[in-house]
Amino acid sequence: MGFRRPDPAAVAETELVARLRAGEEAAFVALAGRHQATMLRLASTFVPSTAVAEEVVQDTWVAVLRGLDGFDGRASFKTWLLAILVNRAKSAGMSEARSLPVGDAGPAVDRSRFDAAGAWASPPRHWVEESEDRLMARGLRETLELALKRLPSRQRAIVILRDVDGLSGEEVCGVLRISAGNQRVLLHRARSHLRAAVEEFVER
Amino acid sequence: MRLRPRKGPLVCQEVVELVTDYLEGAMSRAERRRFEAHLADCPHCTEYLAQMRATIRLTGRLEADDLTAEMSDDLGELFRRWRVEGDERPG
Repeated sequence: MGFRRPDPAAVAETELVARLRAGEEAAFVALAGRHQATMLRLASTFVPSTAVAEEVVQDTWVAVLRGLDGFDGRASFKTWLLAILVNRAKSAGMSEARSLPVGDAGPAVDRSRFDAAGAWASPPRHWVEESEDRLMARGLRETLELALKRLPSRQRAIVILRDVDGLSGEEVCGVLRISAGNQRVLLHRARSHLRAAVEEFVER
Repeated sequence: MRLRPRKGPLVCQEVVELVTDYLEGAMSRAERRRFEAHLADCPHCTEYLAQMRATIRLTGRLEADDLTAEMSDDLGELFRRWRVEGDERPG
């Protein structure tokens, strides 16, 4: 991983953590606000219901507060927090036990779209220059949310962390305790599904 | 499950399975050259790659919902309970 510029969000986060350590409730609520959506989405990939996911998030905050003295700042607060969440979610859920084999077997693009030699028979149409604002306003947001919900749980967890929340591949491997290779395979499956969902939306 | 690339030029069906390795910088220089050589000749795969990048950007716009008032209240309460617990802790 390359050198990363200090990003203002990370600086603000460090400050909030310091204020939380000093016992400031507002700092806690602000931190929770920043991470709540990711935590809920991520927890949901391990447990069967939203209600259980919410409990996992609450439990995680209790564990974070109790463990705050042990947080040494070597990892970012966010990856530390999410690793705790994943531990809790795994014990609350059974997703580990019922987890799917790495990557469902399907190809990134349906085989019917290629000819016998493997060249495009039905190539992708051009839409990438359409305004993304307009696409989202026309209902793509809902389509993407739905496509995300339908992904197998581990793919969903990875794409949430990588593409919704902006963690690096390395951070995701740490949070979910998976290898770089697995991370990449699952990310590939997930992004391929989401691309297909966008394509279907744009072309319908 | 990945196509194990044969020698020689890639075909489109292989390229779509390698896009993530390419975007993640997980290819050797030789693999990368082969991938880019295909793109240089194939507008469809170039389009496909652009669509994957667009999808990543679009997914990134599914941003967080704000905390509901109820969630804020719950968290505030959780925090205050923790403080009490801390005060009761010896030392």
